[in-house]
Amino acid sequence: MNFWNDPLKIAADWLTGIFVGWGMNDTAAHVLVAFLGVLILISILMVVDIFLVWIERKVVARFQDRIGPNRLGPFGLIQPFADIIKLMIKEDTTPDGADKVVYNLAPMLSMMSVLILWAVVPLAPVMLGVDLNAGALFIIAAGSIGTLSIIMAGWSSNNKFSVIGAFRQVAVMVSFEIPMLATLLIPTIFAGSMGMNAIIQGQDIWFVLLSPLAALIFLIAAIAELGRAPFDLAEGESELVSGYNIEYSGMKFGMFYAGELLHAFTFGGFWAIFFFGGYRFFGLEKVSPFLAIAIVLLKALVGYWIIMWVKYTVMRIRIDQMLAFNWKFLTPVAFVLVMVTALMNALLREASSGLYITGMILSNIIVGWVSLEIVRSMSRKERERVEGVKQVVEAHH
Amino acid sequence: MTAEQIIFLIVAGVTLASALLVVTTRNLVHAALWLVATLFGVAIIYAILNAGFIAVVQVVVYIGAIAILFIFAVMLTRRELRDNTPQLNRNWWSGALVAVLTFAGLASLLSRWSGFSKTAAALPSGFDAVAELGNQLVSPDAFVLPFEVASVLLLAAMVGAVYVAFTRK
Repeated sequence: MNFWNDPLKIAADWLTGIFVGWGMNDTAAHVLVAFLGVLILISILMVVDIFLVWIERKVVARFQDRIGPNRLGPFGLIQPFADIIKLMIKEDTTPDGADKVVYNLAPMLSMMSVLILWAVVPLAPVMLGVDLNAGALFIIAAGSIGTLSIIMAGWSSNNKFSVIGAFRQVAVMVSFEIPMLATLLIPTIFAGSMGMNAIIQGQDIWFVLLSPLAALIFLIAAIAELGRAPFDLAEGESELVSGYNIEYSGMKFGMFYAGELLHAFTFGGFWAIFFFGGYRFFGLEKVSPFLAIAIVLLKALVGYWIIMWVKYTVMRIRIDQMLAFNWKFLTPVAFVLVMVTALMNALLREASSGLYITGMILSNIIVGWVSLEIVRSMSRKERERVEGVKQVVEAHH
Repeated sequence: MTAEQIIFLIVAGVTLASALLVVTTRNLVHAALWLVATLFGVAIIYAILNAGFIAVVQVVVYIGAIAILFIFAVMLTRRELRDNTPQLNRNWWSGALVAVLTFAGLASLLSRWSGFSKTAAALPSGFDAVAELGNQLVSPDAFVLPFEVASVLLLAAMVGAVYVAFTRK
């Protein structure tokens, strides 16, 4: 085995050898090497995060027919570093009556809930933190820590706007977790495992081709989970300023902001992992693990770009519309899709792959079409009802 | 002592301490947050026991749903988040007695069990705990009946909650 085939293991073995050579206990050396690995991964992620700020600003500028940051360095690449220096040297304020411990803990938990996700992200067949057999569920668990951090931030700031913002955001996150969990079961059904690596290895055909509806629902739920437009109603400038993080300044606000960007990028990556083959791309991942990393990061960037595309194109919607959309449309559709997919999988498991794919796509199309028809007839009734009320009111005057 | 035992002792200590703080803190939101810490400690103990799936489910269900609902309910129902009434009533000693007796009974029962002082054997490599759990839950000669009964119970609870919250037009 040489370095280029399994770089992580070779480097870890080499480092462990050095530490043991220094007279360290074998177990302690392993723990230390694992700790260093985590430290390096997090450092790389934070540097990537800095460039995500630049990417986000450049892309939004293009969507809004502007140029974006272009003064500092080539293509404005040094701009995010200037932003971070500014955030660092800003005054660190704490509002009167704030619950200090909870107030300071919230941004850390927010960042942590994003970083912890990377423990299960497979960057290459041999490069992943841990191949957890409940990997898909782990994402939801990490998301619930994020939910907790938001309600902590909103409550501890001693500000009514931030509490209302936190309530709204948490209502969104708690409710959209359910369709997300349901759609995560669909790759699990196809791959026969919840482990990330097994799900990627099972994608001889990308799962998006087997279940495009599940990929779409996952993307919508992910955008809601991120609190980005059109689901960014924690951030109604005219009604409650900037939501749960109003009272945060300097780097503490920076933690929330950076956490949100990295979260979006990470969910782009998860979208790629669950539905677009992760690090697999026509066998290129077998050439070198470094190529596999490049593939998965590129796919994550494409997913991130789509999330930005939605954010800067669609308008914010009202909270009642959004909750109704989730509970009355997305959740039932997701559950029906899971049941139909499980049934089709049981029926067609023995069939040829051509029949399997056709059956899956057809069942997806039927589920999508029937649910859209139901929604259309319901909205027609609702519109007639509203029209009737209007006529009654007009006749009255 | 192995590293696992040291980790267990630390986690168990933190879990017990935060569980104590849940009932002694006067600020109700702090009590809910200490409850979150307690539940986290329990999740870590599950993870130490090689039950990764149960640990993750513990975080999703108890922290992601139940603790958040607790915090919501506390914030929505109480104007003052502090409790000024005395925390103990006259019968505190009987409660303490019951707790001590329960602990002593469980401890004496467990100490007679043959596996009490043994360390658990390592799981065979390639053992998929999640698949095993899933098979056990749906196979007719294992736990399918309790599983279905629990599902029906939860469904009934949900129907009841919807009925209570439903306003007739």
